[in-house]
Amino acid sequence: MASIEVRKDTCVGCGICVPACPFGAITMEDSLAVISDECTLCGACESSCSFGAIIIRTGEAGGTEIDQYSGILVLAEQRDGIIDHSTLELLGEARRLAEADGSSVSVILLTEKAGNRPAELISCGADTVYLAEDTQLKHFRTEPFSKITERLITEKKPAVVLAAATTTGRDLMPRIAKNLNTGLTADCTELSIDTESGGLLQTRPAFGGNILATIVCSDTRPQMATVRPRVMKAMDPDETRTGAIEKIELQPDDLASRTEVLEFKPLDEGEVDITEAEVIVAGGRGLKAPENFDILHELANLLDGSIGASRAAIDAGWVSYPHQVGQTGKTVQPKTYIACGISGAVQHRVGMQSADLILAVNKDETAPIFEFCDVGFVGDLFEIIPFVIKEIKRRRK
Amino acid sequence: MRIVVAVKQVPDTAEVRIDEERGTLIREGVPSILNPFDEYALEEAMKWRDELGGTVTVITMGPPQAEAVLREAVSMGADEAVLLSDRAFAGADTWATSHTLAKAVEKIGDVDIVMTGKQAIDGDTAQTGPSIAASLDWPQVTFVGSVRELNGDSMVAERYVEGGCEVIRSSLPVVITVLKDANTPRLPSLRGKMKSRKIEIPVWGREDLDLPESEVGLDGSPTRVVKITTPESTSNGEIHHGEPEDLAKLLVDSLLGSEVF
Ligand SMILES: Cc1cc2nc3c(=O)[nH]c(=O)nc-3n(C[C@H](O)[C@H](O)[C@H](O)COP(=O)(O)OP(=O)(O)OC[C@H]3O[C@@H](n4cnc5c(N)ncnc54)[C@H](O)[C@@H]3O)c2cc1C
Ligand SMILES: Nc1ncnc2c1ncn2[C@@H]1O[C@H](COP(=O)(O)O)[C@@H](O)[C@H]1O
Repeated sequence: MASIEVRKDTCVGCGICVPACPFGAITMEDSLAVISDECTLCGACESSCSFGAIIIRTGEAGGTEIDQYSGILVLAEQRDGIIDHSTLELLGEARRLAEADGSSVSVILLTEKAGNRPAELISCGADTVYLAEDTQLKHFRTEPFSKITERLITEKKPAVVLAAATTTGRDLMPRIAKNLNTGLTADCTELSIDTESGGLLQTRPAFGGNILATIVCSDTRPQMATVRPRVMKAMDPDETRTGAIEKIELQPDDLASRTEVLEFKPLDEGEVDITEAEVIVAGGRGLKAPENFDILHELANLLDGSIGASRAAIDAGWVSYPHQVGQTGKTVQPKTYIACGISGAVQHRVGMQSADLILAVNKDETAPIFEFCDVGFVGDLFEIIPFVIKEIKRRRK
Repeated sequence: MRIVVAVKQVPDTAEVRIDEERGTLIREGVPSILNPFDEYALEEAMKWRDELGGTVTVITMGPPQAEAVLREAVSMGADEAVLLSDRAFAGADTWATSHTLAKAVEKIGDVDIVMTGKQAIDGDTAQTGPSIAASLDWPQVTFVGSVRELNGDSMVAERYVEGGCEVIRSSLPVVITVLKDANTPRLPSLRGKMKSRKIEIPVWGREDLDLPESEVGLDGSPTRVVKITTPESTSNGEIHHGEPEDLAKLLVDSLLGSEVF
């Protein structure tokens, strides 16, 4: 069974491990680290100790032969034959990681009709495209997609498998990882290769964005991760890149599924998906009443943007839930985010902090939003925003 | 209808503060709560039980004090509760957690639906539900906004995805993960509160679930946290004070620099 031990002869009582513990489980007693029941065996102290005095025993290592695994496999996502931008971002990131150790990048595409999508994937970084085409692969369905992907992974043995942290990736990847008895890290915002071990360092926000955790999967393969969309950079398509296209032979029960999509209801017109928006004008409790969102709508329309809101505004019933930004709402990454009357609580921040430009209007100069916005304006939004609208109209003339 | 709802005790992230100097979480005095998403899963389960009859069993894997969230769920209307607790379960990642929860579902027996919240607010992984489905080899429907129809052998649910909503039919048994706006969770009732005080909650450990050490807790977890840092604060923004009209001009100036103007 797993256990943690402080080696009394090696511990010098330096105390470095005390702040390293995210759970406050270590205290110093008589110049010796003592670990309390709060410990979750997360390992943060083990790596902080320069003397090797803290040891976590994990029992037997897994049985995978790690050396046999190499390269990076990306799971492509498409809707109506169009490759999702997140797939291209993953290819760009995979390319960057592969350059580090000279390995190759492959992608699996399951679709009704591929057309010249494989060429597009190659120009954006893939060396090999594994392709299956069938009318029944038109829509994503968990069971066929996981079955076919699991078999490919077992055959090709990639060291790393990446999918986007979309509803598709987050549905599919945990099922595959559980079935293949390997680890999966959710919603990563940073990936890199550990130069010592060659393993994948997977970094993600946790505890509502209060901390960033770096996670490894050292004893099993492949190392699997879902990656937050709009964080990694796609490469500029290079038509001169060459690559191989390999057909996946489907087997009779590959397409069997106990679930069936009866219908797809697109969002109502005008009800845009804010995760796709380039400009978001967002309002919070500072708006005070539902009708006051009208001025935000007017500003958003001028900028071709969408409306976002804090949970306070949603809970008050001023705006509908699909517009909520934050930990329990949506994660957005627009070019510009204009926060009006939003204090910038950490649960809101995690949903919008990767916007390229964050502007904030708030009458309280101590509001946390001013600690992380790019440009802040201290004042009353009901006075400032109407002038902003006027000014935009004036300059456009 | 027998429905199992997996619930988790989590620290209230709104209360978690950072010790800026040390870069660690201050957990002292941080209250533990029932994971907010799980309330919606629980309500969805109880709604259908009220309609079709049957039982709702809540389970959680955690330290002994996690029993509190089970009692809370019973006060809201759950019929039965089981605590999965064992020193050997400590340090579990989503692989080991879902593996243990799935074993408990098998032990409960004759279960038609397992419901989980979409995600837990401490880990935010949203992986436990689909992994339970994989362990049981059941179908799964994730990101469910509402269960539209349910009868003895099938279910129709709305699954919210980018750009729209899929209406999905699944055979039973099935695992579903429930979104926040699925329903309005009920408040504890007086009867429920009384029941929650009296109810005997069985505790199942590793041996009760017939699981080897290598498949639970840290030993059964392929992933490991190696480093924890606090996000760097990006605070080098400019803050402007002044007359509203001047501020508005400056705001439009900053928009001009971006591509959106
Ligand atoms: C588990 C959990 C999950 C959560 N998830 C989310 C989430 O997904 N998204 C989210 O947003 N929140 C979330 N929250 C809530 C979050 O903690 C905050 O309570 C919330 O974001 C506050 O919203 P707000 O900024 O609009 O309101 P407040 O914090 O009340 O801020 C209002 C601001 O408006 C300013 N203001 C008032 N009047 C004016 C005016 N006339 N002009 C200019 N400024 C003005 C005030 O100075 C103040 O700073 C979550 C909380 C918990 C516990
Ligand atoms: N230790 C646990 N015990 C019971 N249920 C859990 C546990 N961990 C996660 N869950 C369930 O799985 C959902 C998703 O959690 P997570 O994968 O951690 O984001 C939660 O909303 C719970 O319903």
